[in-house]
Amino acid sequence: MPDVTKTAVENADPMAATAADAAAATGPAPQAEKARSLWGDAWRDLRRNPYFVVSGILILLLLLIAVFPGLFTSASPTYADLRNHYLGKPEYGKVFSAEWLGYDGQGRSVFARVIYGTRASITVGVSVTVLVTVLGGLVGMIAGYFGGWVDTILSRLTDVFFAVPFLLGTLVVLNSFTDRTVWVVSGALAFLGWTQIARVMRGSVITIKQADYVHAAQALGASTSRILMKHILPNAVAPVIVVATIALGGYISAEATLSYLGLGLPTSVVSWGQDISGGAQQIRTAQHIMLYPSIMLSITVLAFIMLGDAVRNALDPKLR
Amino acid sequence: MTIIDKNADVPAPRTGDAATPLLEVRDLHVEFHTRDGVAKAVNGVNYTVSAGETLAVLGESGSGKSVTAQAIMGILDMPPGKIPHGEILFQGRDMLKMSNEERRKIRGRKIAMIFQDALSSLNPVLTVGYQLGEMFRVHQGLSKKEAKAKAIEMMDRVRIPAARERVNDYPHQFSGGMRQRIMIAMALALEPELIIADEPTTALDVTVQAQVMDLLADLQREYNMGLILITHDLGVVADVADKIAVMYAGRIVETAPVHEIYKRPAHPYTKGLLESIPRLDQKGQELYAIKGLPPNLLRIPTGCAFNPRCEMAQDICRTEVPTLHRVTEQDGSELPGRGSACHFWKETIHG
Amino acid sequence: MADVTKNDEAVSDEVAAVEAAIAKPVERGEPILQVRNLVKHFPLTQGILFKKQVGAVKAVDGISFDLYQGETLGIVGESGCGKSTVAKLLMNLERATAGEVFYKGQDITKLSRRALKAVRRNIQMVFQDPYTSLNPRMTVGDIIGETYDIHPEVAPKGDRRRKVQELLDVVGLNPEYINRYPHQFSGGQRQRIGIARGLALNPEIIICDEPVSALDVSVQAQVINLMEKLQDEFNLSYIFIAHDLSIVRHISDRVGVMYLGKMAEIGTDTEIYDHPTHPYTQALLSAVPVPDPEAREHRERIILTGDVPSPANPPSGCRFRTRCWKAQDRCATEEPLLAIPQRFVGDDTPAAHESACHFAEEKDVVHAVN
Repeated sequence: MPDVTKTAVENADPMAATAADAAAATGPAPQAEKARSLWGDAWRDLRRNPYFVVSGILILLLLLIAVFPGLFTSASPTYADLRNHYLGKPEYGKVFSAEWLGYDGQGRSVFARVIYGTRASITVGVSVTVLVTVLGGLVGMIAGYFGGWVDTILSRLTDVFFAVPFLLGTLVVLNSFTDRTVWVVSGALAFLGWTQIARVMRGSVITIKQADYVHAAQALGASTSRILMKHILPNAVAPVIVVATIALGGYISAEATLSYLGLGLPTSVVSWGQDISGGAQQIRTAQHIMLYPSIMLSITVLAFIMLGDAVRNALDPKLR
Repeated sequence: MTIIDKNADVPAPRTGDAATPLLEVRDLHVEFHTRDGVAKAVNGVNYTVSAGETLAVLGESGSGKSVTAQAIMGILDMPPGKIPHGEILFQGRDMLKMSNEERRKIRGRKIAMIFQDALSSLNPVLTVGYQLGEMFRVHQGLSKKEAKAKAIEMMDRVRIPAARERVNDYPHQFSGGMRQRIMIAMALALEPELIIADEPTTALDVTVQAQVMDLLADLQREYNMGLILITHDLGVVADVADKIAVMYAGRIVETAPVHEIYKRPAHPYTKGLLESIPRLDQKGQELYAIKGLPPNLLRIPTGCAFNPRCEMAQDICRTEVPTLHRVTEQDGSELPGRGSACHFWKETIHG
Repeated sequence: MADVTKNDEAVSDEVAAVEAAIAKPVERGEPILQVRNLVKHFPLTQGILFKKQVGAVKAVDGISFDLYQGETLGIVGESGCGKSTVAKLLMNLERATAGEVFYKGQDITKLSRRALKAVRRNIQMVFQDPYTSLNPRMTVGDIIGETYDIHPEVAPKGDRRRKVQELLDVVGLNPEYINRYPHQFSGGQRQRIGIARGLALNPEIIICDEPVSALDVSVQAQVINLMEKLQDEFNLSYIFIAHDLSIVRHISDRVGVMYLGKMAEIGTDTEIYDHPTHPYTQALLSAVPVPDPEAREHRERIILTGDVPSPANPPSGCRFRTRCWKAQDRCATEEPLLAIPQRFVGDDTPAAHESACHFAEEKDVVHAVN
């Protein structure tokens, strides 16, 4: 069965014709064809994927909100006017104004809080992902490439961390910090979150290091660092990118969960988790306080998962 | 079964009737719709196979030889595959017009297939005995015990030593040659009338290749089956085939009884192929090499697809698609079974 | 690795010795590479943290042969016979368990990294699968040009692009393709790129591991012809490893037949193909399907029974005895050595070549008997 697709795909390669074998015989190539890298091909595929377009626009918008929240609302998220205490009824006519989504128990604009809360979530999500990818990628690459006792030790270490329940472990770690800034929370999540990336990277590296082009580089006398950076990493990184993108959404929701439980970001930081937590207490009387941050959180997580799926399809055409 | 036969235009004889071939492929076209366009994998293939006959379909990768077989078996991925034209007549009935249910009844029972890679065609978590027995349980409703006895019998048939002891082994416990025998046993289990073998020995070592090919030829004689042997190996073809169809870019470019084609090829492509393989029994000089590469199926050259690589190509070859001409002796006497899709077949064979 | 155990001075001495050896010219017909009792055992281990060796796969188990300057030595054998491991050992991609490989008299199996790098300039490799031997994320220019990044002394920086384009031209590819990626080429073209990479450092020896077996028949001939042309042009010595006996005969001056980690028979192409004396060689040759239906009635075919035994547990004595029709008690107890068989010693016959069989006897299985 795989033969069909292979034959089709192989021959679908337009170069085979352009080629008309430059080899000796037939003279100049019939038509000029641009160099097409695999990354370029993946990008072409991505742009045509509606999931990528939708999630990409959403994520760009979220990033814009995170960096410049002032562009979206003039209201302050921390300005409390008790006259507006639980002024539950959202003013749907007043789109993008402070009153639009109503006020919370302390009379703060829910809309402004949702907008300003984006920054904390995105910051945590991105920084955890970066940390986890660097740490996990490094451990996975070293374990996978060197094998032997290095692999044994690193893999067991990975297993030990993997065995710790992620949220519970993070709660315990965070409990020992009194000043829980965005960076502390990110660090704590990364501390236990790197194992998945490490495992994916290790598997990927083990496959790639058996490829003949790696042997060819060794046969040329290439140094270990050259082999790792030029040959192994660029070829092994694709599945890591996919996993990391999908995981980013997970870290955002993990941060919200921690904040909801009161062991994430402190109340002084505007964050969706905090607001959901505050809103949950008024769930019977003022649902809107919890509803809007929850919606934003879900959309954000969904956008990253969709992006991850689209990237997976583009990087691994075999799945299609 | 009987009812189906009554409805059929032509009654389907099991053996002996030369008038209706077992399988007839008529003007088959297959295309694949890919990101970069439509790849025309098969462009009007015709061939027939009778009971007890071995047809070798010879071609390089991308010639459409495997795709044709998959179309016959009905295991083409659709989409991206599509069959815009053509008929596949099995015992006189067009399989492309049958319902899925009817086709499923034919597949496995009447037409079976052997693949190149036996390891990936067998389920690694089930014993070979179970997988062999499954054929009998599902298709013939035998009990577990009976099916196992049958499985052992089949393993004996394909000459697997110590079949009784090995029936509960898993596929990975067998060597490549033995696995290919198990594949053959599975294909033969329901005594099909036609077997399609897609590069059955390509993955095997030379010494094992010979064993497996011999086995396949013996069994074919015993059961009087039709056999379509798909291969790129001119040597394997010479050893077992009765007649040959050479494919290039989705077309049959030459047909001939096996003895003839090696002596006097009538198509420049066949001729080039034969000249480009080194000989075992003597040391040659520089090898003849067909220049250029097989065509891209997205952009098959106009006229004869082989024209950019052909040394005999003239203007007509670039404009007109050659049909499969009947090939005759110089004096015009018939050469049965021979055909060549070349405008200059006379020059090629007699020149 | 080895650097750790040797101090800097020793390494410099070693490098100097290797450089001196490399500089020595070798006359045509003199041995350039001598392999002596080469052994590679892959340990079979058990246990997760503390690994315990429970046996070994004897992939290569004592092989000796010479490669002469300017010749092509073919090595044939079935899968699992160890021929690809030999290639890896010669390339130092695997460290030999025992034995030596002398390149111009210098043992290269135990060199330090730095000394080895100098040797690598002169021994290069062409791989089997043109689809996995080129890094898919690098352009053709980078793939070939990388050799000059690793060995900057071979080509000055400004010169590299031109050199790469020259190489593309030499192997019959359009030099303008330098910025393309491997997946934009067909199998045959990729193999040409692999050959260009092998040639880049101007080596003396190229080890080819099944270089054409992944290619279509009509393209195989092109690549074989190219390799023969390059051999003449650059005065290369080839070790040509393949399972296709016809192609090996075509390209080789001498041929060695391997079975289960041992050399069964070695000699010139005529000696091996027209006058084989080892039963395994005879069986192997007789099994090759010949594209000539006339021959199928007139050729004697030896069909071996059974499969190749596991290299982890090879038979005692002669390794081929379990499948051999001539085997006797002696074959199980006494291992036959690779030497000119006693009965042919001193005779001026093509049968007098090295063959590891107690009952060596000439038998023509290739030519049709009429």
